[in-house]
Amino acid sequence: MPDFEELSQESQRRFQELEAGDKPWIRVGTAVCGEAAGAFQVIEALNAELDKRGIAANVSAVGCLGLCYAETLVDILKPGKPRIFYKNVTPEMVPGLVESYLVGDDPRQDLALASFGDGSLEGIPRLEDLPMWSRQVRIALRNCGHIDPLDIYQYIAQGGYAALNKAVTQMEPADVIKEMQDSGLRGRGGAAFPTGTKWSFLARSPGPLKYILCNCEEGDPGAYNDKGILESDPHSLIEGAILAGYATSASNGVVFIRHGHEGPIHRTMRAIEQAYELGLLGDNILGSAFSFHMEVSLTGDSYVAGEETALMESIEGKRAMPRARPPFPAAYGVWGIPSNINNIKSLSYVSEIISRGGEWFAGIGTEGSKGTAILCLSGNIALPGMIEVPMGITLREVIEDVVGGVPGGRKVKFLQTGGPLGGVLPADQMDIELDFGVMSQAGAILGSGGIIVADDRACAVNMTRLLVAFCQYESCGKCFPCRLGMTNLIEILERIARFESRPQDMELMRTIGQNMAAGSLCGHGQLGWNPVQSALRSFPGDFAAHMEEKRCPTGQCLAPVFTPQRTRSRWTSAQPLELRF
Amino acid sequence: MTTNQDDQTQKIGEALANQSARTVTVLSSLLAIEDAIGYIPPRAIEQVAAYTDSTINDVWGVASFYTNFRFTPPGEHTVEVCWGPTCHLLGAQEILQAALQALGLSEEGDTPDGKISLKYNTCLGACSQGPVISVDHKIIGPQALGGLKGDAMVQRIIEIISQLKTGASNA
Repeated sequence: MPDFEELSQESQRRFQELEAGDKPWIRVGTAVCGEAAGAFQVIEALNAELDKRGIAANVSAVGCLGLCYAETLVDILKPGKPRIFYKNVTPEMVPGLVESYLVGDDPRQDLALASFGDGSLEGIPRLEDLPMWSRQVRIALRNCGHIDPLDIYQYIAQGGYAALNKAVTQMEPADVIKEMQDSGLRGRGGAAFPTGTKWSFLARSPGPLKYILCNCEEGDPGAYNDKGILESDPHSLIEGAILAGYATSASNGVVFIRHGHEGPIHRTMRAIEQAYELGLLGDNILGSAFSFHMEVSLTGDSYVAGEETALMESIEGKRAMPRARPPFPAAYGVWGIPSNINNIKSLSYVSEIISRGGEWFAGIGTEGSKGTAILCLSGNIALPGMIEVPMGITLREVIEDVVGGVPGGRKVKFLQTGGPLGGVLPADQMDIELDFGVMSQAGAILGSGGIIVADDRACAVNMTRLLVAFCQYESCGKCFPCRLGMTNLIEILERIARFESRPQDMELMRTIGQNMAAGSLCGHGQLGWNPVQSALRSFPGDFAAHMEEKRCPTGQCLAPVFTPQRTRSRWTSAQPLELRF
Repeated sequence: MTTNQDDQTQKIGEALANQSARTVTVLSSLLAIEDAIGYIPPRAIEQVAAYTDSTINDVWGVASFYTNFRFTPPGEHTVEVCWGPTCHLLGAQEILQAALQALGLSEEGDTPDGKISLKYNTCLGACSQGPVISVDHKIIGPQALGGLKGDAMVQRIIEIISQLKTGASNA
């Protein structure tokens, strides 16, 4: 019988050994942002250098701290010193850094980004004082970049699985749902449906077999926060999913990830194994009567697979095409079993909400949108990264204060929020608050939290064409208004970009858009008109220049654009199939 | 010839039997085969149908739906260029244009010598590091190329691709 007290003490002991032992602890950011910046080569160089010099140190591959612009981020904790974060480390820099700070005692202010923890070092700012850090309230991202995602003990040492222990020993399932309803948490996947209410639907469905589905399909370009959480702190998701299972009396959990994203997949699979090994998953969790099983399900490349009913089709191994509703997932979900679909970010909040109470969470954010927003910022900004800020902060504060604004003295032209279907939000609307209601009134969606910033060199027609090319490529093809409508829209937009538009094209686009919205089963077709509509509303001048004056004000449309289109028929190039019966 | 085919049949059989998915489906089987041999040959369709108790039609339906599956052997190296909105704003189209030119292609596909498969990718997930490419499933951004920008970055990427094309294969 695993005893949580013992487990917790053992974890503390192991963490103390790392944090306050006599060996330096070196943490390297190896989420996808780190990988792209060469983190694995840095770790190789680091291990080689430490070996060569005979230095004993603990080297951990951690996840993403969120300061992605500074990757590869190397974080060195020497006994008795604060942690020092070194930015943009390359394999070539490693020998010098080891020589100066590990062999010698020169903290290399010139390479350091910040220090963190007790004490301060001259010439190195504290992490808490960096604008990108000081405005953040990190709840779901609490452990990201701090702990080794492959080590469950580090997660437990940070207070992990205490909420699960509290729930199964002291709370009834209904209490957990009550706490979630009190927190006011709304789903972070895009639809913003209250999580507690959603769980109460599944709780009322007949068991014993019920599914909790954790959606990490995350096909939105510009958003990588779900994958970021799984790569950096997979146990926060697993604990949230188990708690959701306890609250709704569900029996099984499935984490749904797109194949090919090896970081999140590998780390989540390993984390699930570890949770089984310690009795935190499986039969009779922590000695209680509650049992819960989890697995990872991979999907192929399909954007629509992130839609909740298409996701269930994909888990069943079929084409990811949406189902008609009703029946709703709480009654008829994956394999026909009652199911509940949650975004990774939503579930990552759960353990903190259960530990600290729903009221605590409801105290953060705005009236209609409680808690924090987990954003991924990229594009023409100084400091791209993944941040967690309280709801109610304005977009302008996020762009200008937190992530350093647009470099090169340029101005923001528009933001592209909430994935390709979210369309564009012009710079003059940046004073709106991060709030589900406020943003939808402004014609934008917060969606999954991706914000792409475009400066004044960008052309609205060019961007719209790109977004619609994405939507056309990713239409699953089930509903013909979406399948054909997207194709027609991209044809018209390409005409506009080539200055060959016809006078009736504008009206034609509107008609197609209305029909798509009216005749599609899922959000892909229903919102498919949104990218064009938002650009038309905000940048009518850009369209008029292309359509009437036959010119592109920024010149962007003069360059060729390569996008895959209408490629769903690739299979025709395969060898003919020899049919045998 | 026959032995090659038998070999492949056996490899596919092993991939099916050893797949990591706990719940075996048509999709999980196809993904396992693609991981093992890089593409879905026609006989794999039949083997998946038999293994999962589905029809050949069902399996074709799934295989032709997900855009990651290909039905001919891939080139020795796979180069993916992200064309998502972030990478687009940061210069993805210049990379694509230069890469297509360097490989003598007019759109995504395989070079005639079978060395390189070029793919457009809708989002590699490393938006903060854009513009990114992936070479044999390893993601590379400007930071890993020494912080190069603009034309110099495109030039460096073309060098990498050209090296793949001429260089000895990583057998």
